[in-house]
Amino acid sequence: MKELSLNILDVAKNSVTAGATLIGITVEETPERLSITITDNGCGMTPEFVSRVTDPFTTTRTTRKVGLGLPLMKMEAQMAGGDLTIESQVGVGTTVVTWFDPRNIDMPPLGDVTSTIVTLIQGSPDIDFVYTHRKNGEDYTLDTREIREIMGGIPLCEPEILAWLTDYLSENETIIEGKR
Amino acid sequence: MKSLEELKALRESMQAKMNLRKDDAETIRVVVGMATCGIAAGARPVLNAFVEEVGKRGLDNVQVTQTGCIGVCRLEPVVEVYVPGQEKVTYVKMTADKVPTIVAQHIVNKQVVTDYTIGAAE
Repeated sequence: MKELSLNILDVAKNSVTAGATLIGITVEETPERLSITITDNGCGMTPEFVSRVTDPFTTTRTTRKVGLGLPLMKMEAQMAGGDLTIESQVGVGTTVVTWFDPRNIDMPPLGDVTSTIVTLIQGSPDIDFVYTHRKNGEDYTLDTREIREIMGGIPLCEPEILAWLTDYLSENETIIEGKR
Repeated sequence: MKSLEELKALRESMQAKMNLRKDDAETIRVVVGMATCGIAAGARPVLNAFVEEVGKRGLDNVQVTQTGCIGVCRLEPVVEVYVPGQEKVTYVKMTADKVPTIVAQHIVNKQVVTDYTIGAAE
C-alpha cells in the first residue's frame, strides 16, 4: 500500500463484509502520534478468531487461504513505532485501532482520505459512515446520516452527490491540514 | 465553501432525473475489483475515474459498482463491463488514464477496447 488511506479503505471494507450498518472512521493527529480508529456494528468476531486475524493465512474467504488487509496495516504500524489492536464482540461489532509515530523515518503518508471515504460511500450507499479528522486542535466530521436525510430517497452513490462529497471533504481536509 | 444548503438545491435538481430512470434490463454495469490486491494495485483512482466520467457524460444507464477479488491478482486493477445482451468484457492492469477511452468506445459506442482486455494481456 502506497499510503495509509488505502489501508483504511481496505480494512473498512471488512466492516462492510461483516454486515455493519454504521461504520466510524476517526483519524487523530498530534506531532507524537497518528491514530486511525475503524469501528463498526457488524457481526463481530470470537476471541479465538481475533487472536489469529492478523495472521496473513487467516481469512473468511473461501476462494483462497490468504487475507492480507489487517496484517499489512499491522506491519506498517509496527515499522513506524506503533501497533494495531482489535477489540471485538460477536453480535456487537469490531473496533480496530492503529497508531503510528509520525516522527519515525518509516512513517507512511496518510494520503488521500477524501478519496477513501467517497469510495466507501460509493461502494456501500446503504451503509452509514461517520468520518472524523482531528488535527492541530481542529476537527470536522462527515456523517452520512445527515446527508441521507437531506437527500430524501436519492441513493448516495449518484455521481452528483459523490462529486459534492469530494469537494466538501477536500475543502475541510485543506482547512484541517492548515493549508488555508 | 460547500454547505449543506447547497445539497438541498442538488436534491431538487436530481429528483426530476431520478423519476426518469430507465429500467434495470438496459443498465450497463461496470464492476471494479476492490479487494486488498486491487486497492494495492491502484483500483481506487480507476473506480473514481469511472464515477467521474459517467457523471460528466450524464450516462444514466450506467452503474459503477465494486466487488471483491476477481481472481487474477497479478493483473489488477481488474474491471468487468457488462453490456446487456453481450458477453462480459474483462479489462486488466487498469489505470485512470484508460477510463475515458473505455467509456467513450465501449460503453457509449459499443466497441470493445481490445488492447486493454485480459485477452490482449495473456
